[in-house]
Amino acid sequence: MATFDKVKAIIVDQLGVEESEVAMEASFVDDLGADSLDIVELVMALEEEFGLEIPDEEAEKIRTVGDAVKFIQDRQ
Amino acid sequence: MFLNGKVAIVTGASRGIGKAIALAMAGAQADIVVNYAGRADAAEETAAAIRQLGRRAMVYQADVSDTSQVQGMVDATLAEFGKVDILVNNAGITRDNLILRMKEEDWDTVLQVNLKSAFNSIKAVSRSMVKARYGRIINVSSVVGLHGNAGQANYAAAKAGLIGLTKSMAKELGPRNITVNAVAPGFIMTDMTEQLSAEAREKMTASIALNRLGKPEDVASLVAFLASDFCGYITGQVIAVDGGIVM
Repeated sequence: MATFDKVKAIIVDQLGVEESEVAMEASFVDDLGADSLDIVELVMALEEEFGLEIPDEEAEKIRTVGDAVKFIQDRQ
Repeated sequence: MFLNGKVAIVTGASRGIGKAIALAMAGAQADIVVNYAGRADAAEETAAAIRQLGRRAMVYQADVSDTSQVQGMVDATLAEFGKVDILVNNAGITRDNLILRMKEEDWDTVLQVNLKSAFNSIKAVSRSMVKARYGRIINVSSVVGLHGNAGQANYAAAKAGLIGLTKSMAKELGPRNITVNAVAPGFIMTDMTEQLSAEAREKMTASIALNRLGKPEDVASLVAFLASDFCGYITGQVIAVDGGIVM
């Protein structure tokens, strides 16, 4: 699953977590220790990588790794 | 030198305190984007003086109250220099009057140019600074923003607003190694203060502990210092450069 791997790489890079921690059901805040600024940065990095715009109201719904992957897949 | 290889944007750098800041930072070996609004000749003079110091200078005309123009300036800076390490929000105007006589337009213009401008430029540089995990933002406020001044409701409100902005940005961007501070000049000799009467000037001088008006360079040296790596652990502060008017 190419999208997941790309998203995982970005998360590992942005949040400084181990690859093994980045599971589909992992919550950015609760499991991966992200704060609000981390999430904004992550959203910006995803926008750049996948060439799309993630509006604030959509970004708020992205709570887990799976949410991010699904959001991107739905728009590809 | 202590700003070697750094890239700085200075708004309102054609004259007065902004020019002195641009030259002080170029003297410390930073490359400078000289922003100006109207005086192209003066901006070119500042740029020429920077190049004489052996540094690169880019002159950029932009109305800092206009969000898209400011974004354009930051984009041009990133294209030319590859990064922005330092942002100095210095551009400012006055439209003094007693509240009874102050026009709505005078209020709006001063708030736009002196306060909204800082929002525009901080927003525009924040993305690259956050990514770089490095930044120095210095807002040029005023002692008037700390203590108020009759006849300057608009200016004082804008300068006080810059202090609130400074502290909020210090908290928001601190986790990314970006420091945000404000300087509060007192009575500094510039075109802006030349409009005052001799009598008003004498009265002001009497209230200054050092018994003289300030020079733009007095402010500039502090700004250059705050922009340096000597100040990596100073953020959210407001430092007065007023010769000891208020202590």
